[in-house]
Amino acid sequence: MKRRAFLRLSTLTVAAGALPADAQEVRDIAPLIQAITHGATPEEGGIEIGLPPIAENGHSVPLTLKVASPMTQAHHVRAIHVIAERNPRPAVATFHLGPWSGRAEVATRMRLAGTQKVTVVAVLSGDRFRIARKEVVVESGACLDEGSL
Amino acid sequence: MQRGCVFALCISSAALAADPPHAGRARNGSEFQSADVRALQSDDFANPMALWVERGEASWSRAYNGRSCAGCHGDARKSMKGVAARYPRYDAGAGEVIDLSRRINGCVVGGLGARKLEAESDELLGLEAYIALQSRGMPVNVAIDGSAHATWEAGRELYFTRIGQLNLACTNCHDASWGKTLLAETISQGQPTGWPAYRLEWQRPGSLQRRLRACFNGVRAAMPAYGSHDLVALELYLAWRARGLPMEAPAVRR
Amino acid sequence: MLLGRIQVPPSVKRAAVFEVRVIVQHPMETGFRRDYEGRIIPLHIVQHLACTYGGREVFRVELGSGIAANPYFVFPVVASESGEMVVEWSDDRGESGSISAMVNVP
Repeated sequence: MKRRAFLRLSTLTVAAGALPADAQEVRDIAPLIQAITHGATPEEGGIEIGLPPIAENGHSVPLTLKVASPMTQAHHVRAIHVIAERNPRPAVATFHLGPWSGRAEVATRMRLAGTQKVTVVAVLSGDRFRIARKEVVVESGACLDEGSL
Repeated sequence: MQRGCVFALCISSAALAADPPHAGRARNGSEFQSADVRALQSDDFANPMALWVERGEASWSRAYNGRSCAGCHGDARKSMKGVAARYPRYDAGAGEVIDLSRRINGCVVGGLGARKLEAESDELLGLEAYIALQSRGMPVNVAIDGSAHATWEAGRELYFTRIGQLNLACTNCHDASWGKTLLAETISQGQPTGWPAYRLEWQRPGSLQRRLRACFNGVRAAMPAYGSHDLVALELYLAWRARGLPMEAPAVRR
Repeated sequence: MLLGRIQVPPSVKRAAVFEVRVIVQHPMETGFRRDYEGRIIPLHIVQHLACTYGGREVFRVELGSGIAANPYFVFPVVASESGEMVVEWSDDRGESGSISAMVNVP
């Protein structure tokens, strides 16, 4: 078996199946954030974004969110917004919580269209806002079957 | 035919070298997935296949024309224990080797008098996942003697045959190159023990036949039709090649 | 009817925080994928999912194609009294689903 030929061919295949993720551009998400905070500048930090530093696959990436908050009637998180700047639709989801939640935590699985920063904006009681970001490297396999059924 | 003889010689010598291919180092497909995917598979609630297992469980007891799977087979946890680990197998009624999904349809049509379930349908995948779950952890154990032997040989020949525009045989990747990487993907041994599985790329579950068709597509070969002899023969050979490996269906794959 | 599953602990102490896990069968089709013949597969997504506990809403999410297929959520709730947790969801084609589980707060 000609090993070199095999390798050359596999590189060609990979290049030909240009990953859609690479074609996605980083979008300007400032207007999205502005709409959430009604123009106010959110405070940095206070949000733990649990995302793998390297996601093997952009189709399903586990996400956990934790906002520091006593979750009392007086001081609690009302909503958490997740924004993915390189996704074709950057607004991923908005979670609504309250003092009845006990903790400001949520877990889900999201899609990531390529390596990018995920931005999380938390809306707190008393019209306060917090913001945090996390970079995720999104990889791809080579044996993509283009959804062949 | 001269070419055929030389061909057969090449096949058999390659086969002797690679059969069994991994000599004691047999690895299930989950070992070649990322930690996240493995965690997802082992979480019986978060594993998306659980949705289809539940669907299969509901189908099992559902009455059709006054009959149901449960009517003949009782509690699947008892009656289906170890069954999936023995498929594909020669079926006297069908007169040939069949896989589990064809066996299910044989019952659906013959036993329940219902319409055949379509390949890759939620209904068929649900039943297949539910039945395969009852063999989880049990060693693959298929028979390749007697009436099954010719099919096994056909599967083995196909496994070692170069196909497609990329001119690759299954063995080139899954025996000679397992453990190496293609971009971010680690090439697996191609063990069939996790199927039906939830493939992240499909965003839904699929059968082993669907995955094999995708491999044909991957080397730019024409995909054999669902239920074709080529696919069943390959399934049987792969199951024999995986003998002794614990079943891990229903799995999660990238 | 869309299929889903819910998991809650069978019994929780009053005022303790417990986790609810939910998974819903849905392709969450982005509207960007093409089928094998090259045709676009149309957008098809769950848009809303909400959970009530003893009749009061305790969790809600607005989602889109950025959530992975077969949406999965885990969220916390403070145990108040024994009651039914009901999760309902609906998609962009007007289809909906609902699942429930009893939480026992002795």
